Amino acid sequence: MEFVIQQLINGISLGSIYALIALGYTMVYGIINLINFAHGEIYMMGAFVGYALTTFLGLGFIPSLIISMITCSILGILIEKVAYKPLRSSSRISLLITAIAVSLFLQYIMVYFVGPETRTFPEVVDSERLMLFDGKVILDTRNIYILGITVILMVLLQYVVRKTKTGKAMRAVSQDKDAAELMGISVDKVISVTFAIGSALAGAAGVLVGIYYNTINPLMGSGPGLKAFVAAVLGGIGLIPGAVLGGFSLGLIETLVSAYGGSIYKDAVAFAILIIVLLLKPSGLLGKDVKEKV
Amino acid sequence: MSVVKVSNLSKSFGGIKAVTDVSLEVGKGEIIGLIGPNGAGKTTFFNLLTGIYLPTDGEIEYDLNAKVLSKDFKPHRMTQYGVARTFQNIRLFNKMTVLDNCLIGFHNGMTYGVASSLFRLPSYFTGESETREKALKLLEKFDLLDKKDILATNLPYGDQRRLEIARALAADPKLLLLDEPAAGMNPKETAELMELIKWIREQFDLTIILIEHDMSLVMNICERICVFDYGHLIANGNPDEIQHNARVIKAYLGEEAN
Amino acid sequence: MKAFNKNNIIQIIILVAIIIIGNVLVSVGIIDSYIELNIVLIGINIILAVSLNLIVGFTGLFSLGHAAFMSIGAYTSAVLTRNFNSPFIFAILMSGLVASLAGILIGIPTLRLKGDYLAIATLGFGEIVRVLALNNDYIGGAIGFNDIPQYTNWNYTFIMVVLTVVLISNFVKSSHGRACISIRENEIASEAMGINTTFYKVLAFAIGAFFAGIAGSLYANYFYFIKPDSFGFMKSIDILVMVVFGGLGSIPGSIIGALSLTVISTLLQSIPDLRMVIYAVILFLIMLFRPQGIMGDTEFRLLNKKEVKHNVSSKGK
Repeated sequence: MEFVIQQLINGISLGSIYALIALGYTMVYGIINLINFAHGEIYMMGAFVGYALTTFLGLGFIPSLIISMITCSILGILIEKVAYKPLRSSSRISLLITAIAVSLFLQYIMVYFVGPETRTFPEVVDSERLMLFDGKVILDTRNIYILGITVILMVLLQYVVRKTKTGKAMRAVSQDKDAAELMGISVDKVISVTFAIGSALAGAAGVLVGIYYNTINPLMGSGPGLKAFVAAVLGGIGLIPGAVLGGFSLGLIETLVSAYGGSIYKDAVAFAILIIVLLLKPSGLLGKDVKEKV
Repeated sequence: MSVVKVSNLSKSFGGIKAVTDVSLEVGKGEIIGLIGPNGAGKTTFFNLLTGIYLPTDGEIEYDLNAKVLSKDFKPHRMTQYGVARTFQNIRLFNKMTVLDNCLIGFHNGMTYGVASSLFRLPSYFTGESETREKALKLLEKFDLLDKKDILATNLPYGDQRRLEIARALAADPKLLLLDEPAAGMNPKETAELMELIKWIREQFDLTIILIEHDMSLVMNICERICVFDYGHLIANGNPDEIQHNARVIKAYLGEEAN
Repeated sequence: MKAFNKNNIIQIIILVAIIIIGNVLVSVGIIDSYIELNIVLIGINIILAVSLNLIVGFTGLFSLGHAAFMSIGAYTSAVLTRNFNSPFIFAILMSGLVASLAGILIGIPTLRLKGDYLAIATLGFGEIVRVLALNNDYIGGAIGFNDIPQYTNWNYTFIMVVLTVVLISNFVKSSHGRACISIRENEIASEAMGINTTFYKVLAFAIGAFFAGIAGSLYANYFYFIKPDSFGFMKSIDILVMVVFGGLGSIPGSIIGALSLTVISTLLQSIPDLRMVIYAVILFLIMLFRPQGIMGDTEFRLLNKKEVKHNVSSKGK
C-alpha cells in the first residue's frame, strides 16, 4: 500500500511535467493544426536558462522560473515568426518537417555551444523529506513545489483562456480562423500569444525538471517532448483539460509500470496505450468524434 | 416491377430523427425526384440508399443485379449491387486526369490481380487496354474526350458535374442516384443537363433518383416526385399532383396565418 | 499489346550493361570501398523513399513509422544469414515478407485513422518496435546485433533498386494503383465507386513495408552490425524528408530526393560539429522554397517509356 502511495507521489510529479508540456502542444495544435515537434526543445531551453540563472547569477528559484518562462515565450514567438509563419499556407507535411528541422536545430546548436554532456542543476529549493506512514513513504518538498506550481499555472491558464479578451480571441481562432479574422481578431497576434503561453509553460516544466531530477542536457527535450505529445493526444488534442488529464495519466502509468518491473518497457507502454485509445476513441479521451459530412 | 423497395425506413442521430418511417417503391426505368426544404432528410436518405449510414429501423431492398437487403450494405459494395451515385458537393479525384477519374469507375470491372499489375503479366495489358477503350467511348459520349488528359480540378464547373455522372455510369449501375446535379448551373446548363439525364436513362437502361431544388428540372423530367419534410415523406405522386398537394404547399410556403 | 517489345528489350540491355560496368569499375578499383559505401547507402535510401512514397505520396497515408519496417527486415536478414546461414537472396525475400506481414498487422487496426492521428499511431508503432528490439536478448538488445555476414554489394543493391522502382511504378500505373491514388484524392467518392478502401490502404502499406524490409536486409548485410536505435523516429523522418523533397507522388522525385539527401548528409560528415545544425537549416530551406518538392508530382518515363496505347476505333454515339 505504502509502495503504491509512494509511486503515486512520483507519478504525479512526472505527470505535472508532462501536463505542462502537453498544454503547449495542445494549444498550438488547436490554433494552427501543427504538431509542433520543436516544443520539447523549448522545454530543454527553459531548463538551460534556469540552470544559467541559478548557477551563474545565483538567482533564486522563483525569479529563475519567471525569467525562464519569459525567455521561452520570446523564443516561442520567434520560432513561429521565423519558421512557421512563412509556411502557413503550405501542406501539413511541410510544416511538420519544418517543426522537426527547428527541433534538430535547437538540439544541436545547444550541443555546439554548451556541449553534449549532462549538467547538474543546483539545489535551489530546500529539499526536506517528510516521512509518512512510519517513514515508508517519502514526500519530498520538491514534489509539493512541482504540483503546486503546476496547479497555479493551470489555474492562470484557465483564467486567461476563459475570462480574458485574448482567451476569447484564441478560442475563436481555434474554431474558425477566417471567421475570426472577419470579426476583427488579429489572427497573427493570437498565434503569437498562443506560442508565447505554450512556450512559457514548457519553460516552467524545464526548470521544474531541473530542480526535481537535477540533471539536464541538450537532448533532454526529445523524449519528454514526444511523451507530452502522446499525453496531449491521449486526452484529446486541442483540448486544454485533455492535455492535463493526458499528462497526469501518462505520468502515473509510466511510474507504475516502472515500479512493477516493467521499466524497460515503459516507453512502449506509453505508445501502446496511445494506440489503443486512438483505436477506441480516435479523438482522445475527452474529444468529440467528428465524422466527415457527405 | 419494383427495383427498390424501402419499407418503414428511419434514421436518427442521437436524439435527432433525420428520416422517419419512409416507405417507397421505385419501378424499373423510373425517374424520381426527391424535393423538400433544406434539412428535410433527402441527403440522409441518399446516404442510407448507398450504405454510408445504416438504418436505425426499417429496411431497403434492391432487386437490381440480385436481391440485396440494407443489412448487407457497405459503401464500397454498392456498385456491385448496381447502385452508383454523384455528390452534392462534387467529389472528383481532383489531381487525377479526366480519363483516370473515369477509369476508377470501371474499377470493379477490372479482372487482373495485384500480381499482374506488379509484374505486368499479359492480363494487365489486355485488361488495361479494353477498359481504356470503354472509358474513352464513355468520355466521348459525354463530350469529354478532348479533355481526357486534363486534371479534373481544371475542368469548368459544368464539365465537372458531367464527369461525375460519367464516372458513376462507368460502374455500370442499374440505379443512378444524383444529388443536386443542377446545383450551381445556369438555366442553359440546366436545360442541357435535363436532356443528358433523359438521354442516359434511355442509353444505359437506368432507373434514376435525383435530389434537386431546381423545380423546372424536377417538374420537367421526373415522372414521380417524393416530397420530404422534417424527415417524413409527405407526398408521393406525379408532378401535377404534387403541385396541387396541400401539404406540400404548406411545407414550402409555411402555414397560413389565421 | 505485348509484354515484351523493342523498348523493353532495350531497357533490359541498358540495365545489364550498367550492372556489368559497375562490376568492372569495382574490380579495377575505380569504385573503391568508400564510393561503394555511398552507392549502397544511396540505393538503400532510394528503396526506402520510393516505398514510402507509395504509402504517403500515392495513397495519402501519413506514416511516420517507415524505419520500423526497415528494422524488422534488417533483423530478419541478420538472424537468417548469421544464425541460420541462409542464402542471402532467401534472406532478402524473407525480410520483405516479414516486414510486409508486420505492415499488414499494423495496418489493419490503424489505417482506420486519418491524417495526423494515423501519423501518431505509426510513430507509436515505430517506437514500440524499437523498444521491443532493445529488450530482446536474442537479437542483441541495446548492445546490437554483431557479425552479420557482409553480402550486400553493387549487384544486389542495383538489382533491388531497379526491382523496387519498376514494381512500384508498375503498381501505381495499374488499376490497383489508381485505386490507391483515388483514396488520397477523395476517400468517400472512392468508396462510392466500389473501391474497398481498407483493402487498398493495407495493400499499399504491405507493399511499402515489403520494400522497406528489403532495404533493411541490404543495410544489415552491408554494415555487419545493427542496433535498434539506428531505426528510430529520426530515421523515419529522414525517409519522409527524401520523399517530400523529391515530391509527393513522384517516383523520379523520390530517387532524386534520396540521392541528394544522402549526398548532402555524406558531405556534412566532414563537419561533425555543425552537421546536424546545417542539416536542420537545409531542411527548413527546402520546405520554405520548394514545399511541393523538386519534381512536384510529375512522372518522367524513364523505365516504362511505353504507355499502354489506346485508340478509339468506333466513332459516334
